[in-house]
Amino acid sequence: MQPAEIITETGGVIGASWLMIALPAVGAAILLLFGRLTDRWGHLLGTAMSLASFAVAVLAFVELLGFDEAERRRQVMLYDFLPAGSFHVEMGLLIDPLSISFALLITGVGSLIHIYSIGYMAHDEKRRKFFAYLNLFVAAMLVLVLADNYLGLYIGWEGVGLASYLLIGFWQHKPSAATAAKKAFVVNRVGDFGLALGIFTIFTTFGTVAYKDVLANAGAAEQVTLTVIGLLLLLGACGKSAQLPLQSWLLDAMEGPTPVSALIHAATMVTAGVYLITRSGAIYEGAPTAQLVVTIVGAATLIAGAIIGCAKDDIKKALAGSTMSQIGYMVLAAGLGPIGYAFAIAHLIAHGFFKAAMFLGAGSVMHAMNDEVDMRRYGGLRTVMPITFATFGLGYLAIIGIPPLSGWFTKDSIIEAAMHVSPVLGWVAVIGAGITGFYMSRVMFMTFFGEKRWASDAHPHESPKVMTWPLILLSVGSVLGGGLLIAGGTFAEFLRPAVGAPEEPLAFHPVSVPGIVTIVLVLAGAAYAWTKYAKSPVPEVAPRGSFLTTFARRDLYGDALNESLFMRPGQWLTRLAVFFDNRGVDGIVNGLAAAIGGTSGRLRRIQTGFVRSYALSVFLGAAAVVGALLAVGSF
Amino acid sequence: MTTHYLVLSALLFAIGAIGVLVRRNAIVVFMCVELMLNACNLAFVTFARQHGNLDGQIIAFFVMVVAAAEVVVGLAIIVTMFRTRRSASVDDANLLKN
Amino acid sequence: MPWLSTLMAVPAVGAVAVAAVPKRNETLAKQLTFAVSLVVLALAAVMAAQFNPGGDRLQFTETYSWIPSFGIHFALGVDGVALVLILLSALLVPIVVLASWNEAAGTPEAPAKRSVKTYFALILVLEAMMIGVFAATDVFLFYVFFEAMLIPMYFMIGSYGGAQRSYAAVKFLLYSLLGGLLMLVAVIGLYVIAGKNTFLHTELIGAITDPGVQRWLFLGFFIAFAIKAPLVPFHTWLPDSAAQAPAGAAVLLVGVLDKVGTYGMLRFCLELFPDASRFFTPLVITLAVIGIIYGAIVAIGQTDIKRLIAYTSISHFGFIAMGVFAMTTTAGAGATLYMVNHGFATGALFLVAGFLIQRRGSQYISDYGGVQKVTPVLAGSFLFACLAGTAVPGLATFVSEFTVLIGTFQNRTYLVAAVIATFGVVLSAIYMLWLYQRVAGGPPSEGVKSLGELNGREKWVMAPLIAVILALGVYPKPLFDVINPSVTQTLSIAGVTQDPEPTLNVAVQRGAGQ
Repeated sequence: MQPAEIITETGGVIGASWLMIALPAVGAAILLLFGRLTDRWGHLLGTAMSLASFAVAVLAFVELLGFDEAERRRQVMLYDFLPAGSFHVEMGLLIDPLSISFALLITGVGSLIHIYSIGYMAHDEKRRKFFAYLNLFVAAMLVLVLADNYLGLYIGWEGVGLASYLLIGFWQHKPSAATAAKKAFVVNRVGDFGLALGIFTIFTTFGTVAYKDVLANAGAAEQVTLTVIGLLLLLGACGKSAQLPLQSWLLDAMEGPTPVSALIHAATMVTAGVYLITRSGAIYEGAPTAQLVVTIVGAATLIAGAIIGCAKDDIKKALAGSTMSQIGYMVLAAGLGPIGYAFAIAHLIAHGFFKAAMFLGAGSVMHAMNDEVDMRRYGGLRTVMPITFATFGLGYLAIIGIPPLSGWFTKDSIIEAAMHVSPVLGWVAVIGAGITGFYMSRVMFMTFFGEKRWASDAHPHESPKVMTWPLILLSVGSVLGGGLLIAGGTFAEFLRPAVGAPEEPLAFHPVSVPGIVTIVLVLAGAAYAWTKYAKSPVPEVAPRGSFLTTFARRDLYGDALNESLFMRPGQWLTRLAVFFDNRGVDGIVNGLAAAIGGTSGRLRRIQTGFVRSYALSVFLGAAAVVGALLAVGSF
Repeated sequence: MTTHYLVLSALLFAIGAIGVLVRRNAIVVFMCVELMLNACNLAFVTFARQHGNLDGQIIAFFVMVVAAAEVVVGLAIIVTMFRTRRSASVDDANLLKN
Repeated sequence: MPWLSTLMAVPAVGAVAVAAVPKRNETLAKQLTFAVSLVVLALAAVMAAQFNPGGDRLQFTETYSWIPSFGIHFALGVDGVALVLILLSALLVPIVVLASWNEAAGTPEAPAKRSVKTYFALILVLEAMMIGVFAATDVFLFYVFFEAMLIPMYFMIGSYGGAQRSYAAVKFLLYSLLGGLLMLVAVIGLYVIAGKNTFLHTELIGAITDPGVQRWLFLGFFIAFAIKAPLVPFHTWLPDSAAQAPAGAAVLLVGVLDKVGTYGMLRFCLELFPDASRFFTPLVITLAVIGIIYGAIVAIGQTDIKRLIAYTSISHFGFIAMGVFAMTTTAGAGATLYMVNHGFATGALFLVAGFLIQRRGSQYISDYGGVQKVTPVLAGSFLFACLAGTAVPGLATFVSEFTVLIGTFQNRTYLVAAVIATFGVVLSAIYMLWLYQRVAGGPPSEGVKSLGELNGREKWVMAPLIAVILALGVYPKPLFDVINPSVTQTLSIAGVTQDPEPTLNVAVQRGAGQ
C-alpha cells in the first residue's frame, strides 16, 4: 500500500506545531543571550521549554488521531525560506504519523533527561549553558524530523551535529573532550557531504526538494539515479547513526556528560539515519541495490557494535557499542522496505526508552562513584543503589529481549522480517542478539553483582529523586513500550499513511524457530557472562586477552585505520601544501622580486658618480647620433 | 676658404671634448666646455658668412649669452665646492652618489 | 536626490574633517569618524528601502560628463548586486571603526608610523571609494576607483600594521598594481576597439563581437579580478597583508575590497565578454575548485591565526568564483549572497581574532589554549565566528554556500567540480574547529590565564555581526529578492536564459528565476 497524500493544513494545534521547535529555540536563545543573569533559574526554564514542547507534540498527536487514516499527513507552510534563482524552497512542517512519533520520543525522553540533568549537573558551574545546548539540540532535532523538505532536514541534521559538538565538548578544558567533539563533528561532516550530494541529485532530478513532490514522483525516476541518491543518503545516515564505516566518533563521544550520551548518542540523534532512510522509502523502493547496501551496512554494524560492546571496561563505551549495534538492527529493518519500516521505528522508540534508562542508570552510578567509569571498579552495587539497579535491570532485560519486555517484541519482529527477506540477514540478526545477551549481561553483572571493587574513597549512595524519577518512568516505557507498539500491529497501522505497508503485513508470532533460537542464544550468553563476571572474581586491571579481545577493545581498529588512511596522509598533504605555498607559489613571486632587485643592483654599478664617465657617455651618444644621421643621409 | 674655418672649428671642438673627458680640475673642464661652445660659435659665424644671412651670427650671440650665464652659475658652484672640500677635482663631487 | 554621490560625498567630506581635527584630540577624531560612518549607514539604509527590485535594472542613476573628449563620464547607478555590496560596506565600516578604537596606535613592538586620526580619516576615504567602485557604471570610473582604493589601504597596512608591515604593504600594492595595469590596457583596448567613444558600461555591452578580441580583453579584466579576489595561484599577497594589517583594516580588505574582484567578474567579465566567459569557464571553475580545496588544506596547516583566516577566505573566494561562473541563476544568486555573508563572517572572525591577539600579544595559535575557561564570552564569540566560517545551518554562510553548490551541481557540465567543492565543507570543519580547539580548548595556558573578558565596546562590535549573520541565515529572502532579478539579467546578457531543466519535470512551485 502506498503512503497517503499530503494535505496542507493551516489551523488547529497542527497549524501551530512550529511552537514545538520555537519553544526550545527561544529557551536556548534566552539562556545564551542573558548569560549569567539566568544562572539561578536557567535549568528550570530549559526544562519547562522542553516540557511545553512535549505538550504541543501530544496535542498535535491527539489532533492527528482525530483525522481519517488517509488524511493523517498534514503539511504546515511556514514561510518562503530560500528563493535563489531556480532553487526555491518554502519552509514548512510535515506532521504525519512518522514525524509525530519522533517528535513525541524526542520531546518526551528529552524532557525526562532535562529533569534528570537538573540533578546530575547540579554541581557544574556551567549548568545553565548545558541546558541552553540541550534546548538547542531539541529544537534542531525537531527541525530535522518535522521539516517538509530535504533542505529542512539537512538544516536540522547539521544543527543536531552542532549541538552534539557543543555537548560532547561541554568540558572543553579536558583535551580529550575537545578532541572527541571535533572528531564527532568532522566525521559527521563526511556523512553530511554525502547527504548534501544526495539532496543536490534530488534537486537536479526532481527540480524540488519538498517531500511532497519528490516522494510522490520517485517511481518515475530512473533506477540508476535512485540508486545514486539512495547510496548518498546512506552515507549521510552512516555518519549520523554511527554505522560502518563512519562509526568511529560515537565511542569517543562518550566524553560528554552522561545525560548527553543518553539523549543524543543513544535515544534520538543517532537514530536520525533510520528516520532518513524510512522517510526516503519511496526512493529506496525504486533502488534495490541501495536497499541491499543499507541492509548489509546495518547487519555489519550490528555485529561490529556487539563485538566492541563485549570488550569495553568503560561502562559508557560498552553501552555505546550496544547503541551502534541496536541502530544496526534498525538500519537493517529500514533497508528491508515497507515490511520493515514499522519495526525499525518501533525498535527505535523502544530502544530510546531502554537505552536512555540504562545510560541514565550508568550516569547515576557514576554520580555515586565519583565519576568512575571503569566497570572493574564497580561490583555489588545492587544493594546500595536499589532504584538504579531495578531500572537499569529492566532496561537490561528489555534490550536482551526477554519476553514480554519491549526489546523482545521489537527485535524479534526485525529478525522475522529479515528472515522473510533473506535468511542470511536473519541469522546475522539472531547471532547479534546472542552476543547482545552476553555483553549486556557482562555490563549488568560487573556493575551490580559480584564483589565490591570500589576505589577506597568511593561512598556510593542512591541518587536524588530528581534523577530517579526519570529512571523509573523510562524503565516503565522499556517494559511496556514494545508490547504496546507491536502486539496487534497497531503501530504498523498507525504508520501506514506515512510509510506505506507491504501487501501482506507480517503478523507477530510469539513462538517461532528463530525466536526460540534467539532466546536460547541470549540465555546462553547471559549464563556465560554470569560464570565469568558474577561467579568468578573480576580482576581490577584488564587482562591482556586474546587477539579477538584486543581487536574489540581497539574498536575493530577503526581508529587505527582512519589514522593511517586519512589522518597521517592528510597531515603530510597539509605540510606539503604549506611548504609548496610558501616556497613554491610565493617563492616564484619573491624570486621574481629578488631577480628584479638583483638586476637593478647590477645596473646601478654603471652609475659611477664620476662626471667624466657621464660626459663620455654623452659624447659617445652624440657621436652615435651623428653617425646615424650620416649613415641615413648617405643612403 | 670656408673649409679652413670649419676644420679649425672641428679641431677646437675636439680639443675641448677631450679636455672635458680627461681633465679632473673643474676649472679646466669648464674652460674646455667654453672652448667647445666657441668652436660651435665659429662654425655658426662661418656658415652665416657663407650663406650671406644673419641667422648664424644671431645664434652665436645667444650662445655667448647663455655661456656667460652658465659661467656665472658654474663658477659659483665650483667656488663653493672648493670652499667646502678644499679641492676643485670633479671626482670628489660625489655627494649625489649614495 | 542624488543618493549615490551623497553616499560618497559624506565619508569624503568626513575624512577631510577628521584629518583637520587637532592631533592631540584623538577621541574627537574617533567619535567624528564613527558618527560619519553611522550617517552613511543610515543613508544607505534609506536608499536601499527605496530600491525597487522589480524596477529598472540600474537605479539611482546619475551621469555627469567628466572628460568629454574621451567620452568619460562620472556615471553612477546600482542594481541589486551592487546595492547589497554597498550595504555590506556601509554596515562594516562603523563596526570596524568601533573595533579599531584602540588599535590605530599600533602595538608596542610595532608602533604606528602615523597619527591615530589619519587612520580614521583613511577608513572614511576608503569607504567613499568602496561605495564608488560598486556604484560606478562607467568602466573608466570603475578603473579609477579600483586603483585609488589601493592608496588608503596601502597606508593602513604599511603604517599601522605589524612587524612585517612594509613587506606586506609593498607586496599588496605591487600585486594589485600589476592587475590594475593589465586591466587598464584592457579598458583602453575596449574603448578603442568598440569605437563608440564612450566608457559607459551599458553602451559597451555587446560592443565587442569578435571572439578572439573578447578573449584577450577578458583576460585583462579577469587577471586583475583574480588577483583582487584572490584566486589560486594569485593569492599569496593576501595572507601576508591580512596577517600584517590591523584587524579592522583586514576586515575591510578581505570583507569588502576583495569583493570588488568577484563583483567585477560578474559585472564586467560576464556582461562585456560573454563568449570569452563561456570559453574560459572551464579554466575558471578549475582554478576555483583548486582554490577551495587548496586554500582549505593550507589553512589547516597554518600556525598564525590571521594567516589561517586569510587562507580560509581564499577557499571561500573559490566558492564565489565558482558560483559566478557556474552559469546558473541559482549559483549566481548564491555567489552574490556569498559575497555579502562572507564579509560578515570573515569580519567577525578577524575582529574577534584581533581582540584575542590584542590581549595576548601574539598571533601564534600555539600561544593560546583554554581561552574558553578564562573568558567565556570572548570564546563564545570566537566559536560563533568559527561556526559561521564553516557554514553551519542557521547561519547566513550556510545559505549561500549551499546555494552555490547546488547551483553548480545543477549545471551538469561541472558536476565533478561541484562534488569536489562540496568536500570543502569537511575541510572547513577541520580548519575552523581545530583552530577553536587549539585556542579555546584544553586547560588555560600560562599567558592566557590573565586575559580580560570582552568589554562593552567590543560586545557592541560583535553584537550586530552576530545578529546579521543569524538573521540572514534564518530569513535570507529579502536579499534574494533584490539579487535574483539582477543576476538573471546578467546571465541573460551572458547568454544563459534558463537554468538546466530537472530530469523529471515535477511541475510545482517555481522560484523567481523563471
